Amino acid sequence: MKTTRRDFIKQNAVATAVAAAGLSLPASASNLVTDSSKTKLKWSKAACRFCGTGCSVNVATKAGRVVATHGDINSPVNKGLNCVKGYFLSKIMYGKDRLTQPLLRKKDGKYDKNGEFTAVSWDEAFDIMAEKFKAALKAKGPRGVGMFGSGQWTVWEGYAAAKLMKAGFLSNNIDPNARHCMASAVGGFMRTFGIDEPMGCYDDFEHADAFVLWGSNMAEMHPILWTRLTDRRLSAPHVKVAVLSTYQHRSFDLADIPMVFTPQTDMAILNYIANYIIQNKQVNKNFVNKHVNFRMGNADIGYGLRPEHPLEKKAVNNKKAGGSKPSSFDEFAKFVSKYDADTVSELSGVSKQSLKKLAEIYADPKIKVMSLWTMGVNQHTRGVWVNNMIYNIHLLTGKISTPGNSPFSLTGQPSACGTAREVGTFSHRLPADMVVKNPAHRKFAEKKWKLPEGLLPGWVGAHAVLQNRHLRDSKINAYWVQVNNNVQAAPNMNEETLPGYRNPDNFIVVSDAYPTVTTQAADLILPTAMWVEKEGAYGNAERRTQFWYQMVNAPGESKSDLWQLVEFSKRFKTDEVWPKKILDKNPEYRGKTLYQVLFTNGQVDKYPLKDLNPDFENHESKHFGFYLQKGLFEEYAKFGRGKAHDLADFDTYHATRGLRWPVVNGKETLWRFKEGTDPYVKKGKGFEFYGKKDGKAVIFALPYEPAAESPDKEYDLWLSTGRVLEHWHSGSMTQRVPELYRAFPDAVVFMHPDDARKRGVRRGDEVKVISRRGEILTRVETRGRNKPPTGLVYVPWFDASQLINKVTLDATDPISKEADFKKCAVKVVKA
Amino acid sequence: MKKLIITTLVMAFTVSWVQAQENIATLRGDTSLNQQGTPPVMPKVDNEDIKRKRNYPMQPPTIPHKIDNYQVDLKTNKCLSCHSRKLTEESRAPMISVTHYMDREGNFLADVSPRRYFCSQCHVIQTDAKPLVGNEFIDIDDLLNIEQSQ
Repeated sequence: MKTTRRDFIKQNAVATAVAAAGLSLPASASNLVTDSSKTKLKWSKAACRFCGTGCSVNVATKAGRVVATHGDINSPVNKGLNCVKGYFLSKIMYGKDRLTQPLLRKKDGKYDKNGEFTAVSWDEAFDIMAEKFKAALKAKGPRGVGMFGSGQWTVWEGYAAAKLMKAGFLSNNIDPNARHCMASAVGGFMRTFGIDEPMGCYDDFEHADAFVLWGSNMAEMHPILWTRLTDRRLSAPHVKVAVLSTYQHRSFDLADIPMVFTPQTDMAILNYIANYIIQNKQVNKNFVNKHVNFRMGNADIGYGLRPEHPLEKKAVNNKKAGGSKPSSFDEFAKFVSKYDADTVSELSGVSKQSLKKLAEIYADPKIKVMSLWTMGVNQHTRGVWVNNMIYNIHLLTGKISTPGNSPFSLTGQPSACGTAREVGTFSHRLPADMVVKNPAHRKFAEKKWKLPEGLLPGWVGAHAVLQNRHLRDSKINAYWVQVNNNVQAAPNMNEETLPGYRNPDNFIVVSDAYPTVTTQAADLILPTAMWVEKEGAYGNAERRTQFWYQMVNAPGESKSDLWQLVEFSKRFKTDEVWPKKILDKNPEYRGKTLYQVLFTNGQVDKYPLKDLNPDFENHESKHFGFYLQKGLFEEYAKFGRGKAHDLADFDTYHATRGLRWPVVNGKETLWRFKEGTDPYVKKGKGFEFYGKKDGKAVIFALPYEPAAESPDKEYDLWLSTGRVLEHWHSGSMTQRVPELYRAFPDAVVFMHPDDARKRGVRRGDEVKVISRRGEILTRVETRGRNKPPTGLVYVPWFDASQLINKVTLDATDPISKEADFKKCAVKVVKA
Repeated sequence: MKKLIITTLVMAFTVSWVQAQENIATLRGDTSLNQQGTPPVMPKVDNEDIKRKRNYPMQPPTIPHKIDNYQVDLKTNKCLSCHSRKLTEESRAPMISVTHYMDREGNFLADVSPRRYFCSQCHVIQTDAKPLVGNEFIDIDDLLNIEQSQ
């Protein structure tokens, strides 16, 4: 029965009248509760759980439950706004199928790889896990174990994980899913500037005269930054927006210069712009002479496939992918001169007029320009190059490190910067941009960690894609996955990931809050406390570190990743995992548990429980008996202080809406490498790119090279994958929020109506999307928010029931090892 | 009869629980990882124009009607042709919230703030798809009722 508005008012009037007459009705029958002891909510701040924007949210709790969330008006990032996902944060922890107990595959009461998931105690879970890790360490040494983490780990979780793997198990086989996401950006920063993360910050949005999106659909993937960009574009009519992509998407709604280009030709367009700047004599010579070196990069570097792949055998420089030699401005000018308007327009499919308009934004010295990019550039077999090439055009014109002049690499995950990159969870890294290969860096880390000299391994561990290959090849036999859903995320699931996880030689542990595709492929599942069920810290794309407290308790026996890592370390003795030689030389470390040497080392356990904020829970600290998060953070912060990665002290972050590092003398840094705004730039220098020894950034000469796999006669379409606004990554949280689910319930294949017609299919028809590696069943969308050109289709990857990574190719950038999820060849046929 | 129904329900529950243990990835139903299920028919967008209750006052209301082909771009904003303050008397549509007239610093502007220009960043349609998993979020009113009845 439908109630009309009038009916509703009538019915309600009765209750109101009864209440007004002072008749005794139960309190609940009154239509308004005014007693403040009941209506008062406890509000606390937290960083949003989703993307790399790093919005601050206010979280309301009552009776141990989160009951509301909204955008934090005090946060400079989002000033009270959230995107639709952020507004529904309140519901992400309450999916009905939360995991609440460890689950082990068992048959006849014993662990069995082919057994059924059976509830076990934490003790039993850690028993079998320790047994399997010890067996793998014994059989294969530190290379036999591995861990896959995330840019969604909190800062101290990632730090504890890296420490346990690198200093405990002496294995660099630890990598975050940020490898799939930001590795090319990191590679770009290190190559051009010698130091990671953007020089600018979000304040650039309010200063720029033009914005250029290079492979980023900010309208959906970074909605709150898009509101800042939109605000600037619409409030200041002179501002221009250029959007480049391989298909039309929502960000095109604001585009003054919309450009759809043929996949992979972004490199040619960037070289064209460099050429245009030089030809039109708009090089900022003063800046270039003082602050820039030129280098010629190695070309023909391969595609990061398995070494026996024909493309790898053919590649001349696949062993020296990151190599380069000194060069000059003149050589660079000559190198890019072949990228003229005719050639590049032909190659890219972008009109000469649009190319010129775009180039003029960079060339005109009066226009302050902000370049923005994410996965279109990073998930690219030449991702590091494209990052380098974007810096090239900013450096040629000196448009960098000043308000509004900003090449800005956006991040995908809430703590891809703060955790994955900064604390050193990559297989080649240590905290604060240091690397495992450098003996001086290892020595520094050993000292900071109070560990014996020579302990840390110098070999570069397996990166994300290689870990899956190693699992399949039985090289890694004990493996732990935390805070991510890599069976759904990693490329080429059929040929690499799934055979690796289900390989009978391997024991796979997955920590998660929900039963995901990855837990399905696991042998042991650990139930995990998430988001505000633990005290946390994230670092966003503008170098802003943000903290929050534990606000509610996790359901059942769930524990945070941090608790799991630290508790598990109690199960290992140094004698079992460290070389005898080291222990003979340092007998005081003998007989100790990894917990003792890593976490109760006088530093991590330095802060007593009385330092905890009494208004909040802290399940880990109360279990271990000291303020664990504070100890880990302060130990970690020692790596970067005085080295241009300075973090403020722990308590400051709880009291602020985050600060952008380096934080020197209590002051955050908005624009790095510029005198006056960056305390690390020496007086009189103007600019100083101090990540490089001579203070100069590098412009790289790099060519256009084709993709690893392009459409041909049989597989005649490009496939691009990505996200949608309503869902975060693999959808394990957002698919469980009814409003978000119902807004975009199932994946579809977005395609051009002509491409559909050619294949005899219409909107809503069931089709197969097939590559050389696998296929999915999905339905055709020809009128949706994404409008691909003919010859390209787009499938989002949030849908656990349509695993598009069965189709994608595990080609990577040979320098960054990041997979290209944006390009492979497929065909679409009627199912 | 009642007993039979209960027994059947319990059995159904037990069976699904056992299956769930084999195939725990809830969002895939009963389809194992190396198989694929038939994708559901494309859902219809709820177009009833009936306001929905919000989960909490600050939640952006979901859109109770279709928005197919609504133009919201540099040239025009179709949503505002009904929901802007000027036009709600004629359209009978709810006026966008007062917060939408505030700039980043909280000052009220003469018209809608450009930072709120793209409506679909916060307001989404709802299809008739049935959620795959329940959600146990408790509405604050229900929580107050539970507290009072205790």
